[in-house]
Amino acid sequence: MTRSTVSGAAAASRSRRSRALGRLVFLGPGLTYLIVLLLIPLALVLSYTLFRRGRFGGVVYEATGENFTRLFDPLYLDVILGSLRLATIATVIALLVGYPTAYLIAMLPRKWKTVALVAIVLPFWTNFLVRIYAWIVLLSGPGLVNSTLGELGLGPFEFLYNQGTIVTGLVYSYLPLMVLPLYAAIEKLDPQLREASANLGARPARTFVSVTLPLTLPGVVTGCLFVFVPSFGNFIIPELLGGGRSIMVGNLIRDQFLKARDWPFGSTLALALIAVLVVLLLLQAWSARRA
Amino acid sequence: MSRSRYSRRLPAAALVAGLALAVSACGGEAADTAAPAASASSAQLDPNADLSKQSVTISVWDGYTPKELPQQVKEKLKTELKVTLHDTNETIMGKLTSGTDTGLDVAFVSGQYAQALNEAGLLEPIHPELVPNLANLFPEAKELSYDKGNVFSVPYTWGTTGICYRTDLLKTPPTSWNDLLDPPAEAKKKVTMMTTERWLALPAIKALGYSVNTRSDEEIAKVKEKLLAAKANLLAYDDTTFGERLKKGEAVMVEAWDGWCPAGEKNIDFVVPKEGSDLWVDTMVVLKSSKNKEAAHAFINYILDPQVHGWAASNILYSVPNKAAMDIVDADLKAKTPSLQMTPAQLLQGESIIDLGEDSQKFTRLATEVAAQQ
Amino acid sequence: MRRPRLLYVPFWATYLFLYAPIAVLVFMSFNSGDSPYSFEGFSLKWYGELAGNAEIRHGLVNTLVVALGATVLATVLGTLLAVGMARHSRSKLLDAVSVLPAVLPDLVLAIGLLVFYGMIKMTLGLHSVLLAHTVFGMAFVAAVVRTRLTHADTSLEEASRDLGAGPVTTFLRITLPQLAPGIAAGALLAFTLSVDEFVIAFFTAAPTEPTLPIVIYSMVRFGVTPEINALATLLLAVSFTVVIVAQRMTRLTESLS
Repeated sequence: MTRSTVSGAAAASRSRRSRALGRLVFLGPGLTYLIVLLLIPLALVLSYTLFRRGRFGGVVYEATGENFTRLFDPLYLDVILGSLRLATIATVIALLVGYPTAYLIAMLPRKWKTVALVAIVLPFWTNFLVRIYAWIVLLSGPGLVNSTLGELGLGPFEFLYNQGTIVTGLVYSYLPLMVLPLYAAIEKLDPQLREASANLGARPARTFVSVTLPLTLPGVVTGCLFVFVPSFGNFIIPELLGGGRSIMVGNLIRDQFLKARDWPFGSTLALALIAVLVVLLLLQAWSARRA
Repeated sequence: MSRSRYSRRLPAAALVAGLALAVSACGGEAADTAAPAASASSAQLDPNADLSKQSVTISVWDGYTPKELPQQVKEKLKTELKVTLHDTNETIMGKLTSGTDTGLDVAFVSGQYAQALNEAGLLEPIHPELVPNLANLFPEAKELSYDKGNVFSVPYTWGTTGICYRTDLLKTPPTSWNDLLDPPAEAKKKVTMMTTERWLALPAIKALGYSVNTRSDEEIAKVKEKLLAAKANLLAYDDTTFGERLKKGEAVMVEAWDGWCPAGEKNIDFVVPKEGSDLWVDTMVVLKSSKNKEAAHAFINYILDPQVHGWAASNILYSVPNKAAMDIVDADLKAKTPSLQMTPAQLLQGESIIDLGEDSQKFTRLATEVAAQQ
Repeated sequence: MRRPRLLYVPFWATYLFLYAPIAVLVFMSFNSGDSPYSFEGFSLKWYGELAGNAEIRHGLVNTLVVALGATVLATVLGTLLAVGMARHSRSKLLDAVSVLPAVLPDLVLAIGLLVFYGMIKMTLGLHSVLLAHTVFGMAFVAAVVRTRLTHADTSLEEASRDLGAGPVTTFLRITLPQLAPGIAAGALLAFTLSVDEFVIAFFTAAPTEPTLPIVIYSMVRFGVTPEINALATLLLAVSFTVVIVAQRMTRLTESLS
C-alpha cells in the first residue's frame, strides 16, 4: 500500500518532469525567438507612440500624447482615408473579377482544375517588383499599349501615374489571393443544393443570391481580407506606379522612418494601420461564426 | 478556469513588457550620451598606419565613381575598397541614422545631409594632415555654408539645379521657374519635378523670390499653393529618371541637376532660370563608427588627386571643386557641356542649401501635403 | 454539371490580365534594341549583359544565402513550435503569437526590427535579414506542420510513450517521420517567401549587402532597362520549373501511396 503510493508519486513526478522537459524542448526555442525578434520589437514600436521624436531619429523619453493628436491632423487623416478608399476599390474589383473565375474553375473537370489553379498562382511566384515593373513597360507613354493604340490612330494617352494605375497594380498583385479562398469555398458547395433550388423553380440568379453566395461568404470575406491587408499598407505600388503623385499610409510610415526621422509618429501611424486591420479581422471572425 | 488561464498568461506578458523596457532604457541612455558628443571627440589617427591591413567600404550613387576604382585603390593604397550603391540621399540617411552599425567607412551625401549627420554626432572630423590633397580644392570650396573650413566633409562635386528641356518639342525655350510651374500647352502633363523635399520646393521658392533656406511659415504656405497649382500639369515627381524621360520624349521639360541633364544630346538643353537657383554640393564624409579611419582618409585623399577627381568631371559631367582636376578636363568636352563651364564664382551665385534643424520638419510636411493632394 | 457560358468572359479576362504584362516582359527580353518598348529584332544580348552585371550577381548570392539560412532556421524552430503547441500547450495566446508574423503587415514588422536593431546597436549585414526572414518563415512552417499534426495518428505516439520512450525519442522516432511532407511543404513556402521578400529586407539589410529584390527595386527606380526583362524571364522560368516539378512529385507520391 505505502510502496505503491510512493512509486505512483514518483511516476507522477517523472511524467510531470518529462512534460516540463517536452515543453522546454519544443516550445522554448521558438517562443524565445518570437519574444526577442517579434514581441519586443512590436512592444518597442508600441511604446514609441508615447514619446517625443529625437532630433536625429530615435526617441526622446518624454511622454507626450501629441503623436495621437497628429493622427487626426486633416493631412494625415486624408492620406489614411485615401488609402482605405484605394484598398477598398482594389478589393471590390478583385472580388468582382475573382468570383466568376473561381466559380468556373471549381466547375472544371479535375484535370483542368489543377492547371487553372496553378496558372492563377504562378504569376505570384515571380518577383513582386518585376510584376510591377511589367506594368510600367506596358502602360508608359511610349509603351506597348500606347503604340498599339497609336497604330489605330488613337492616343497617346497618359495611363501611368494616377490612382487608377495604383488600383490596377494592387489588383494585379493580389488577385491570386482572392481567387484561392473563393475557390476553396465554392468547391465545398454541395451541387445538390443548387439543383434543389433549381428544381424548386428558382432562376439561376436567384439560386446564386440565396444559396451560393451566402454559403461561400466565409471565402468571400477571407479573400477580401487577403487582398485588402497588403493593399492598405503598400508603399511600393503607389511609389512606382503612382509617379510620386499620390501617397498611401504605407508611404507615410516609410517616410517617417527614412526621411523625416520621426520614429514616434511613424510608430503611431503603424499602430493606426494595425488598428484598422484588427477591426477587419474581428469582422471576419464574426462573419465566420455566423456562417 | 479563467483565473488559471490568466495566471499563465500574465507572467509571459510581464516578461515581454519588462524586457522591452529594459532594452529601451539601455538604448535611451546610449542615445542621450551620443547626442551632445557632436564634433567633440576626434579619434587619434596614426599617419603611418599600415593601410594594407585596413579596408574601406563606401556608399555612393550609382555611376558616381569609376568602375575600376577598387583596383586603382588597391594598387595605389594597398587597401581593399568595397563600393556599395545608394539611390538617393534619403535611403542612405535612413540607414545611417537608424542607430545600427552599417559597416560603412565613407558615405557620399549632399551638403545639408552631411551637416545633419554631423549634428547627430555620427561623423568623424576630417583630419586635414591625412588629406594633403585638400590643397587642390578651389578656395571657394573651403567656405561652403553647410561646413565652413571642411571640418567634417570634403566636397566631391558641385553644381546647380535648373530646367532641362527639349529644344524641338517646346516652342520657346524656358527662362523662368514659372515656365516649369505653369507650362505652355505643348508641355502640359509632360513636366517632371524632383521629389526630394528641398528640391521639390526649389522652383516655387525661387519663382516667389524667397531664400532656399526659408523658415517662414507664411512663405512656405505660399510655396505650397504654387506647388499644388503646378501639380495638375505634372507627369510625375522624379529624382532619378528625368533624363531618360526627356530622351524618350515622355517629358519635354524637367527640373534637373545640371550634370544629370543629358545636354550633350541633340535637341536637349539646360538653363538656369533667371530667378536664380541653388548651389548643391555632394560631399564625402567619414563615419564615426568606421574602424578604418586612416584608410578612409587615404581614400578621400586619393579621390582628390587631379587625375582621379578629373574622371568625375569628364564622365559624370558634374563640375568638381578641384582646380587641378578641372584644368585637365578635355577642352572640347567642356565646350559642349554647360555644367562644366560654370566657374566657382558663377556657382556661388546659387544659394547654398543648409540643414534647417528642427525647421526641416516644415519641408517634410510641405512635401507630404503636395503628394497627398489629389 | 452545367457551366454557365457567360462566366467564360471574366474567366479568360482574368488570365489575360494576369499574363499579358508577363508575356510582354518575356517577349521584350529578346529584343536586340536598347529600347524596352519597341522590338527591333531577336537577340540574347540582354542575357549577356545580365550575366556580366556584378550587382545582380551579388544580390542573387545574398538572396540565396538569406533564403537558405532562414529556411533552415525557420524549419527547425517552426516544426518544434508546431509540435509543442499541438502536444504540450493549450495556450490560445501562444497560438495567436505564432501566427502573428504571417498576418502582420510586412511594413510593421520591418520598422519594429529596424527600431530593435537600432536599439541594440546591431551591426547590419546578411544576418540581420536572415534573422528577420526567419520570423515569418517560422510562422508559416508552424502553421503548415500543425495542420498535418492534427491529421496525424496520435495512437503511435501514445504507444511509444507507454513503452517508456521520452518525449524527445518519441518525437524523433515517431512524430517526425509522419510530419516529413508537411515540414517539406513548410520549408518550401518559407524559402519562396524569403526569396521574394522586399520590404523587410529593405529596412534591415546593410547597405553593403543588398538582396536581389533590393537590387531590382533600385534598377526599376533608375528607369526601365531591358536587363530587368531578361532577369524577369529567368526568374519566371525558375518558378515554372519548380511548380511543374513539385506538381509531378506530388502526383508521383499520390500514385505510390
